[in-house]
Amino acid sequence: MTDAVPPKGRGPLARREARLAWGLLLPTLAIVSAVVIVPLLAIFWISFKPIGLADLRPPAPVVRESLRGSDDDIRIQYRVRNSSRSEPIIGVTLSDTLPDGIAVVEADPRCTLDGPSVFCDLGDLDAGGRDEVEFAVTLDGDEDTLGDAAESSEPEMRGKASNILTNAEFTLDNFERVFSGDEFLHVLWVTVFYTLFGTLGALIVGLFATMLLNSSFKGQGILRGLYLFPYVAPVIAVAFTWIILFDPFSGSANALLIRMGVTDSAINFFGDRPLALIMVTVFEVWRYFPLSFLFILARMQSIGDDMYEAADMDGASPFQKFWFLSLPQLLGILSVLFLLRFIWTFNKFDDIFLLTGGNAGTRTLTVNVYEQAFAVSNIGAGAAVAVVIFVCLLIFSFLFFRFISREEGL
Amino acid sequence: MSNLRKGTLTGAVLGALWVMVLAVTVSVALSFGTGEALRPGILWSLAWGAALGLGTVFSPAILIGLSVAMGLAHVVLPAPVLFGAEVGPVLRLATGAIMALAAWWSLRRILDDVVPGDLTRHEFEAAVIRFLTGFGYVFFTAIVAIPFYVMVMTSLKNQSELMQNPLDFGLDLSQGWHLFDSYYELMTDFNFGSYLLTSFMVSVATVFLTLLFSIPGAYAVARLRFSGRAAFSRSILLIYMVPMIVLALPIYIAFSMTGLRNSIVGLVLIYPVTTIPVGLYMLQGYFRGLPAEVEEAGLMDGLSRLAVIWKITLPLSLPALASVSLYVFMIAWNEFLLAFMLLDDPSKFTLTRGVAMLNSSEIPRQHLMAGSVIATLPIMAIFLGLERFMTKGLTAGSVKG
Repeated sequence: MTDAVPPKGRGPLARREARLAWGLLLPTLAIVSAVVIVPLLAIFWISFKPIGLADLRPPAPVVRESLRGSDDDIRIQYRVRNSSRSEPIIGVTLSDTLPDGIAVVEADPRCTLDGPSVFCDLGDLDAGGRDEVEFAVTLDGDEDTLGDAAESSEPEMRGKASNILTNAEFTLDNFERVFSGDEFLHVLWVTVFYTLFGTLGALIVGLFATMLLNSSFKGQGILRGLYLFPYVAPVIAVAFTWIILFDPFSGSANALLIRMGVTDSAINFFGDRPLALIMVTVFEVWRYFPLSFLFILARMQSIGDDMYEAADMDGASPFQKFWFLSLPQLLGILSVLFLLRFIWTFNKFDDIFLLTGGNAGTRTLTVNVYEQAFAVSNIGAGAAVAVVIFVCLLIFSFLFFRFISREEGL
Repeated sequence: MSNLRKGTLTGAVLGALWVMVLAVTVSVALSFGTGEALRPGILWSLAWGAALGLGTVFSPAILIGLSVAMGLAHVVLPAPVLFGAEVGPVLRLATGAIMALAAWWSLRRILDDVVPGDLTRHEFEAAVIRFLTGFGYVFFTAIVAIPFYVMVMTSLKNQSELMQNPLDFGLDLSQGWHLFDSYYELMTDFNFGSYLLTSFMVSVATVFLTLLFSIPGAYAVARLRFSGRAAFSRSILLIYMVPMIVLALPIYIAFSMTGLRNSIVGLVLIYPVTTIPVGLYMLQGYFRGLPAEVEEAGLMDGLSRLAVIWKITLPLSLPALASVSLYVFMIAWNEFLLAFMLLDDPSKFTLTRGVAMLNSSEIPRQHLMAGSVIATLPIMAIFLGLERFMTKGLTAGSVKG
């Protein structure tokens, strides 16, 4: 009799389970990779491309058709133009169908006629180039209606142009542009300041709020709900409210400060360096302290009472209990929160964009992406900044998984 | 340190600081409420507060007397709250009464165990903590309530009133329904009714699609064994961390070229992808916590895996599904960046995009704020109504923000 041994390798059941798992994951994987992985690769590709906002419309031949002349000298005219000022189009062709009642008398030599349909081979069109095709025609009917009929049938244009997005032209200009000068250092400094103090501030204020709400009392639920408002409200609503509240001309905050004698003249909170940067950081703290307070509160309430009772027996004072019991217990969640919030503050775009638009020394890396790509219309440079952001994130997430995930089991 | 723990010193210092907090609070609140010229006098509030604190330490009766004196002082003498010359006696007296009541009520509590002699460390720290707690409630309530108060009140006033006295948030109730003029105009002239509908539909579609994709995925990651499971679990978090602005650029390019830009369909295609990682992350955590035995019993009884998910797992995880739905709804409702970049046609705006449109110098302020209120109210109503689920959802999933 042979000894009973456990089966080796993967049995059919395990294989079936794995198959099912992949089946369940497949749609998610497909859609996420389509919208996350592909754009990420695209960003790398674009960052090496000399591409501006205007290049998004690929060069194409544009045509205008009109009926000109009068009486016995009537012509149909096609005016063709290259939409791009920098790229030639090769092999341009035009095909159109003439409406009933228009008969061609004399055709352009480049065109062939087949009944009412016209086909012209116009050759190449230079960058910004123009061309004209004319037919002498006779009309059978009212000139205006026939003219309208001719113009309403859209001629079909074809032509090949090299698309900047797909051709093999590469450049390092974008990165040179992004890294050159003091601007990049300044952007980096602003990002670091905003991220670090925004994260720390939100954590500390959140910790304070937790201490307030950790005791149970009547109305605690209401207060907790109220303190979550900044996070739950749409960013656009609260950002505009802050702008109006701190407006230098008609803002209530300025009026209040002047009345209280803190300042003589109105302060331009979101327009002056370095105050604007401080204000957007304060906004970040204000908006995200509820989040850290929720997390910390959840952790806090899972700490047992017995430890505190023991500390009471030993005569620990309230601050000692906080410092020696609560804080060490919360250290795990605090560090996880710090890293996650750090990454998310680093990624933050909407808040600064809405508050200052990146002006007055508040341009962070993410705002710089928008600024380069859309304000300066240089998509390539924007993509280069995005690549820089992505590389930073890779480093952060490496640190994250290295130091945190083991501890909190994420 | 132990010298600090004299009851008299503690009482005086905490009293001084607390009355200053009260004076700032009361004058800011009354300024916002009445538009009159009130300001806290820092030195006077410190002096009065020290006296009140000292008095409290010795006897509650002294506190009562001093509180009344401080309240009356607002009418004639320098007091914690100072007034502009044009402020009438009624408001002065009312301010005094509020200050006196507030100081009496709170100082009695803050300085509860504090007696004139030496304090134990316990008594001292307890008093400091009570002070900090009181300060905390005032501080947090103020910083949260003031912006929202300003938002609502600004939307009900008109531009010239606001310019005249930016502090006056009192309402002219004689206007009746005309208070809501800017809301009416937004609904009729600015098409906000349709934006509300668009936002709602987009958010609901996003919730639906997110659940559709993340439930199977989360179940697979949480329950089924396959190679690459751990790596997968981690990569969910990684995708979480890719900033939207990095993705928005290529998405903008792709949508421009395929004609999906400026269409609601394009938006509904993109939104779920930003929320699916959230849903996956939240749901897999919940699925892991469900007892596997129940599902195994189902399998033994002849159900297939998919039937187990449908008949056992999903009904058990309804609370988690509610949390995820609410959270995803909130993300989609509040989403601004993509809507801003991808939509140009005013007939297709979502609510946030519509509010962004109002931010122009030609459109009066109260319209912008009325738009903000319209965008905020629904999400707040949902949040307050279903706070339990929402809070759970926030804690489970909101590493994202």
